[in-house]
This record gives sequence, structure tokens and C-alpha cells, in this order.
Amino acid sequence: MDNEIRKIPMALATIAISVALLHCLAFAGNLPPVKGDVLPEIQLLVPENTIHRNYLGLEGGTFFKIPEIKAKVVIIEIFSMYCPHCQREAPGINRLYSIIEGNPDLKDKIKLIGIGAGNSSFEVDVFRKKYNVPFPLIPDEDFSIHKRIGEVRTPYFLGVKINDDGTHRVFFSKLNEFKGAEPFLDLILKLSGLKGEG
Amino acid sequence: MKKHGTLILTLAAISVVLWSAGAFCLSDAFKNNIYNPGLLKPTDSILKVKVGDIAPDFSLPSVSGGRISLSQYRGKKNVVLSFVPAAWTPVCSDQWPGYNIVKDIFDRNDAVLLGITVDNIPTLFAWTNQMGNLWFSVLSDFWPHGAVADRFGVLRSDGVSERALFVIDKKGIIRYIGVSDINERPRLEILVKKLERLER
Repeated sequence: MDNEIRKIPMALATIAISVALLHCLAFAGNLPPVKGDVLPEIQLLVPENTIHRNYLGLEGGTFFKIPEIKAKVVIIEIFSMYCPHCQREAPGINRLYSIIEGNPDLKDKIKLIGIGAGNSSFEVDVFRKKYNVPFPLIPDEDFSIHKRIGEVRTPYFLGVKINDDGTHRVFFSKLNEFKGAEPFLDLILKLSGLKGEG
Repeated sequence: MKKHGTLILTLAAISVVLWSAGAFCLSDAFKNNIYNPGLLKPTDSILKVKVGDIAPDFSLPSVSGGRISLSQYRGKKNVVLSFVPAAWTPVCSDQWPGYNIVKDIFDRNDAVLLGITVDNIPTLFAWTNQMGNLWFSVLSDFWPHGAVADRFGVLRSDGVSERALFVIDKKGIIRYIGVSDINERPRLEILVKKLERLER
């Protein structure tokens, strides 16, 4: 009986170490994806807003993955409502969305989403209302997505190309690279290979 | 055997600390100028006031010039005091810029925001300039060092303040106290809910 009791702290310690190590293995040392990479396994909350769900071509459910978005190219902005640069650039990003949506050749091919690093649904909503953001903003309240993509500073932009067979590759991964809607779109079209595609 | 047990428990403790390490996201607005102090003891002070108390009055120099006292808002405005530990540190640098885009929420609740740290005015000037034009006053509790933080009971043993929010109504009564884990930013919605309960 005494032996059994003596084993309890050891067992608890083993469990604690295992849990912690698993967590560290999952998150520690994550670097931002680079060109040619596959995105890390991230799950995003499906937007409650039907317009946003339709925009992304999602049918429902609770979570989705980036490659499930019905598009050839997805532009992801990692932002925070607490980030001054993200606040300043919000009108420009909205303009990028408008240019894409106003171009019949691009609107079904390129989709835009924001991921609010460390932001709750409420906080993401504050940002959306403040800047009239028309595209989906997804909360990442516990930083789990932020950790998986290398704890990047904000605003950080990722461009992901989704292939017809469902595979995908990152073609763009840069911090604070937004120099205006038109040059940014031009860059995305060039790097993704969409420019020149029929 | 005992040695092994101690080693395992130590490793477990270290692992749990690593596992629960605070997370933050840093804006590129501050470039590489943010000093990361690492994971700190979540709280390190004992409150000297409680909800229902009259808030201790104070007068502090403001970054924008002049001095601001708490009593100047008595009978006129609800007041939110936002103590943050230190300029040029990770979580603090990503807290006030968020408050900077919700002036409408403060206005709707007839409230003003006073940001306070124990840093001196020149440091606060340089730091808050990176946040854009702040609509609220930023006050320096530098000298006598941390005296206001101490009167509220949020001065930590290393001389910085806690990450703390005080909501004070127009009668000068403390209606809410939120002392957060210093490693984490408090959720905006909690403050908003408390503000919405105040008389306007």
C-alpha cells in the first residue's frame, strides 16, 4: 500500500512531463512558412455570417482548413485589433478586396481572410466594425494558430495557392509587405502564377 | 530513488511552466525595440482598495503636458485607469493601441481613459508615439516612484505596476477592479461589460 502511495507523485510527474513535452513538440520552434511549404495544420472557425461562408465557399460545420476555401489563391492577413500598423492598413486591405471582387476574372479565384492573433470574437468584431472590413476575420483567441505559424509579428501576409487536386503550397510569406492595394495585388498575381493564366 | 523523484518533479515543474507560458502577438509598429522580460510571476502585489471604496485621488504629469488629477472628473465622467507594467515590453505595447480604436465605446459610456505606467515622461513619449495619436491621456507615475500604483495596491516588488484596470464612477467610487496576469492582455469585452453597467 505504501509503495502504491509513493508511486503517485512519480505518476503525476510523468503525466505532467508528457503533456508539457507534447505541447512543446507541437508549438516550440515553429517558424513562419516559406515559399514552397505546405501550411501547418491549422483549423479556423467557420464564420457565422452566411455572406462570409458563401464568400469562402464553405458549407457549414465548426472548423475549416485553408485548402477547403473555394479559390485558386488565398491571401491570409495575420492581424490584431491591437496592432497600429494593422489599423492603419485596414482601409488599403479593404480596397484590395474591392478591386478583386470588382474584377470578374479574379473574384472567384482570389479570396481574402484575416486571422486575429490573440483576438477574441468580440475583439475581431470591434476591428471589423471600426474599419468596415467586408471579408471574413477569424478569431484566434488562444494564439494556437499564431503559434503554429511561427508567432509572427503583425501584419503578416501569407499567399497560398490551392491546386485543382486539392493540394496547396505557400507562395508568399512576408511581414508588413503591404505597400498599397494595386502593387500588392500585382505581386500576388505574379508570384502565384495567376497572371497570364486564362 | 529519492534523487530521481526530485529530478522528475523538477523537470515536471519546468515543463509545466513552459507549457503555460504566456503568449503575445507583437505589432511590427515597434520593430525590434521591444524588450521581452520573459514569463513573469502573474501578480505580485496586494490590493489596497476594493470595489465600493472611494478611489484615492492623485495628480500625475501627462505626456501631452500639464498634470491630470482623478478628482477633476468627479461628477463629470466615469474614469477607467489602465495601469500597464512598463513601456517597450510585449504585452503592454499591444494593449493601449486597441483602446485607441474604441473611443466610441468610452464616449457611449461617458467615460475617459487614463493610461498609467511607472516610466518617465520622455520614455512614455517615445513609446506612445509608435502607437499613433492616442485619444486618451497617458500619465507618468515615475516620481515618487510608483506612488499612485502603490496607493491602489498594484505596485509589484520589482518597481513596475501590475497590469490592472480600475473602473471608477462619477461619484469617485471604484466599481470594478481587474488585476490581470501580467503576461496576458485582459479581454476587451470584460472592460466593456463593466462600463456598460455604469450610470451615464
